[in-house]
This record gives sequence, structure tokens and C-alpha cells, in this order.
Amino acid sequence: MEVIDLAWWKLVLAALLILALAGVSLLARLGITRSLLVASARTGIQLTLIGLVLEALFASGRLYWVALLATVMLLVAGREVMARQQRRLRGPWAFGLGTGAMFVSSFSVTILALTVVIGPSPWYEPQYSIPLLGMMLGNTMTGVALSLDRLNDAVWRQRAVIENRLMLGQPWREAVEDIRRDAMRSGMMPSINAMAAAGIVSLPGMMTGQILAGSPPSVAVKYQILVMLIITAGTGFGALMAVSWGSRRLFDERERLRLERLVKTSG
Amino acid sequence: MSRLRLAQVAIGNLRDVSLEVADGEVVCLSGASGSGKSRLLRATADLEPHEGDVFIGQDEQGSMPGHAWRRRVMLVPADSQWWFDDVGAHFPSRARETVPECLGLGPDVMQWPVGRLSSGERQRLALWRALSMAPEALLLDEPTANLDDTMTRAVEDWLLEETRNRSLAVLWVAHDRSQIGRVARRHYRIHGSVLELADGSD
Repeated sequence: MEVIDLAWWKLVLAALLILALAGVSLLARLGITRSLLVASARTGIQLTLIGLVLEALFASGRLYWVALLATVMLLVAGREVMARQQRRLRGPWAFGLGTGAMFVSSFSVTILALTVVIGPSPWYEPQYSIPLLGMMLGNTMTGVALSLDRLNDAVWRQRAVIENRLMLGQPWREAVEDIRRDAMRSGMMPSINAMAAAGIVSLPGMMTGQILAGSPPSVAVKYQILVMLIITAGTGFGALMAVSWGSRRLFDERERLRLERLVKTSG
Repeated sequence: MSRLRLAQVAIGNLRDVSLEVADGEVVCLSGASGSGKSRLLRATADLEPHEGDVFIGQDEQGSMPGHAWRRRVMLVPADSQWWFDDVGAHFPSRARETVPECLGLGPDVMQWPVGRLSSGERQRLALWRALSMAPEALLLDEPTANLDDTMTRAVEDWLLEETRNRSLAVLWVAHDRSQIGRVARRHYRIHGSVLELADGSD
């Protein structure tokens, strides 16, 4: 089956739609014109660059290049997790915590899927490892960012309740158990909803792409199921780690609530 | 025998706070607002970093985990919080059966939704909640601030009786001089950065 390549000028046609939308939102004063245009430009530039990088990477196929790209992806995701929290931990904690949680969960789940489930040779074959890791990181990032944002915000708002529970002699874990549960849930909900709606409400992007690229739907479906399962597992473990490390850090060794360890970020 | 002992505690502006409260004794603490009364109670409950040592009986604050300390030295804040839907869920099961009569609330208050409680009712129930956790020392931050005169007297009497029956050491923040006279033999006042004995003897 032949894949129809897209000429660059055809993408311009799609970009015109965005420009039209930008024009409308400017007229209607929706206030999103700027971010819409910036995000669209970023998509175009970032994906073009990563296309070049991947071409080079596939041609070389070396482990250290794969590892380097994986590290860059992780660090960018870590920065993004930090930026998405309205209140975050002071100092290097905010970055370290989100990045650490994503590293442990997405890398281990991706490597597990590569070595045990898919089994390309070598196991780090970039054609499989990089897209898989990219999808893992992208989703884990959302999950970790949502759950940490929820955790920090809820602890801030409910500080009086948490302290009153501490006063009654509750261990710190018990004093924030509801908040931890809520934070976990909000990190997990996007993956769970995506799994529930998959195939009925939405055709997942990866499967759609594979089918467009000529794969038989039965193969594409199997990959999609695999990806959704490991994404959910990775997101869940990532959010779990982030929430437990993050909530631990909000208390000190005497189980006191230490809100001065949170800073409010603008935006 | 002294049950609760503060030795050279320093927090905020306060320096060198040393005092002792015996079993079954109430000691009052007063001072202008912002003078650090509440923070001193928070330091005693180990809710804020502070200097100095606090003992309950022979045990030093740092010798046990924070929650174990606060279970024995329990702070009742001026503004109590209620986080479950029903009142009863905040109490250990044995305390759900009985509500002290002098609080003016029947036992069915345990089935009430929290939103139905007035601020005075919350305050009284917060005292009962703390007592039902069986602490050894109580730190009370203006425990009768939202109560009318009759209720204030009833709560004072009840607290004094519980203090005696349970041999509690009670540190009581109050601003009303007549109340201080009624509940405590010793009374400390915060003056600047130090605590000075206003009534009673050491």
C-alpha cells in the first residue's frame, strides 16, 4: 500500500484555517489569538525539527543518541510539569520531583514494553523506542502535572483543616489522605476517560496515524491497545510517586505542615 | 508533680518562655492580640518550628513522632475546622453516644450535617472532640470566645470538672479578667517579648 506524501504547500492550506480562526477570535475579542498563533507556530517548528532529528536518529540507530534524545525529552517534560502548577514547591524540588516521577514511571514502563512485549532488535530500535517513549512522557507529564497542581492547591486551600487534623493527633498521611486521593484521581482521569472512550467516541491518534500510513487496522488496533494500557499504567505510577513525594515534602520531620515551601507562580 | 513543662521556649517575638502546669491545674495566658499567645500554643503542640524544650511528664517533645506528641498535648484552636459531612464522623465511636449535657446539645447532634452548627456550637463540640481523644494536656485558645455569658459559665464549669477528673494540665488563653479569675490560680501575661506572672505564685 502506497502512502501519499504531503507536499509542504498543502500544510499551508491547513495553516490558513488557523489564521481564519485567529482572525475571528481577534474580532470577537476572545483573547486567545496570540496563544493560538504561538502554539501553532511552535507545533510546526518543533515537529519539523523532530522530524529531521528522527531521520538522522533512525539512520544511525546508536543507543547513545537514543539515550540523549530521551534525556532531552524528559528534561523538557520536567520543565513543563513545573510550569503547569499554580503553586509549586520552592527551589529545585518542583523540577526534581516531577522529573523523577516521570523518569521512573515512563522509562521503566517503556523499557518493559520494548523488551518484553514488542521485542525489536536491538531493543532500543529508535523507530519503536522514541515514539513509544514520546507518548508515554506526553501522557505521564499531563498526569503528573495535574495531580501535583491539584495536591498543592488543595493543601493550600485546606490548610486550616489539615492543621486542625494534625492538632487532633492525626499522622500527616491521614491529615491529607482525602487530598491525596483527589490529586491521584485528577491525574488519572484523562487516561481512564481516554480508555473508556477509545474507539467509540474517538479514534486514538496513534492508531489513526498508523492506518493512514498503511498499516492494517488489526495491527494498528493491537498497538493502540498496548499503548493505552502502558500509558495508563505509566501515568498512574507517575502520579502516585509525584503525589506521595510531593505531599511528604509539604510536611517536615515533626509532621508539621510547612506551607512556606510552596510558592505561587504567575500564570 | 508537673505535667506540662516549657523550658526556654522561643517563637516569634517571644523569648525564654518557661512555665509549668501541674496535673489537674489550669494556667491562664493573656496578652494583646498579635503578642504571640496563639503561636506559643502552636509551638507547645509542635505545629511550628521553635526553640527550647517542652515536656509532658518525663517525655521530651522530640522523643516521639509529631502526631504522638499532639495526641498527648492537644491544641483546640479558636476557629475549629470540620471536614466530614456529618458531625459524628469527627468523633471516635465511643464519644458519639454521649454528648455532655452542659454543652446544651442532645446526642442527635452527632447526626447533624456540619453546616447546621452555629459558631458557638462548633466551639463547644470542638472542646468535646478534643477531650474525647483523651489527651494529657489541653491547650485552649480562647475556648469561650463565641459563647454568651450563661454558656460561658457552663463551659467553664464543665472544663474545670473535666480537668480535675481527667487530671489534665490545661494552658488556657483568655482575655477576660473575670474569666481568668474564675478558672485559674496562676495567670501569665505576655509583655513584649517575655512572659510575666500576673497573678499567683510560682
